[in-house]
Amino acid sequence: MVPTHYYLILSAILFGLGVIAFVFKRNIITIFMSIELMLNAVNLAFVAFSQALNKLDGQVFVLFVIVVAAAEATVGLGIIIMIVRNRQTLNVERVDLLKL
Amino acid sequence: MNAPLIIFFVLAAMAVVGALSLIIQRHPIHSALSLIVVMVALAGLYLLMGAEFVAAVQLIVYGGAIMVLFVFVIMLLNAGVEERTNLSKIAGFAGVPLAVALTGFLAAAVARSQDTVQAAAQTGATAPTKALANLLFQDFVYPFELTSFLILVAILGAIVLAAPRGES
Repeated sequence: MVPTHYYLILSAILFGLGVIAFVFKRNIITIFMSIELMLNAVNLAFVAFSQALNKLDGQVFVLFVIVVAAAEATVGLGIIIMIVRNRQTLNVERVDLLKL
Repeated sequence: MNAPLIIFFVLAAMAVVGALSLIIQRHPIHSALSLIVVMVALAGLYLLMGAEFVAAVQLIVYGGAIMVLFVFVIMLLNAGVEERTNLSKIAGFAGVPLAVALTGFLAAAVARSQDTVQAAAQTGATAPTKALANLLFQDFVYPFELTSFLILVAILGAIVLAAPRGES
């Protein structure tokens, strides 16, 4: 049996790596992927608590998080396609105007 | 050292190496493939915790559908190697220590909370998918129905955003 806090510390490490990727990367698609990494880290914590407390509510929450992540990925990638079509770049520093 | 602990450390190392690779790789397609490694490792960890259904959904929806969408968009937009700018160096100097501090605080907080978690009954029982389905379709049926509405809105939003100009 693996102690629960091992999972929680791994979840914290993955979340921190996601934050580092978020501030470090300049490519808008990679920034988007780092958000997915952070969501995955939170999912791991949910399942770990669900197992530790012997309740299934945490796993139901993970399913909802996955659904929301799928919806978010769909709309976000649509927005990225719009940005590239309008500004011809994937670099977030070149996307600095609110108008087209 | 027992077998589950060894499996845990192998999968945890896989996940951390994949996440580091996501940061180090300069090309978005390599980052996407690293993220798939992280997701497969996490699916293995879910199996280790006895959450079979969540592991299957993680593999099919995350590792399959969402990442295929990412790779598809990367290829569609012909994304190249990202460029380095002065601002990204500033982000490195300021952001990395802050993120490391955040990780430390989170890890310290969860490590301290272990006593309260361990106090709860830990039978190590597996999560039967049937009980999960009962919970999902009885107690959480309204949020479940709301997610279908969310997906409908997301489909409409994606079509409106990505449709060619002048034809929509």
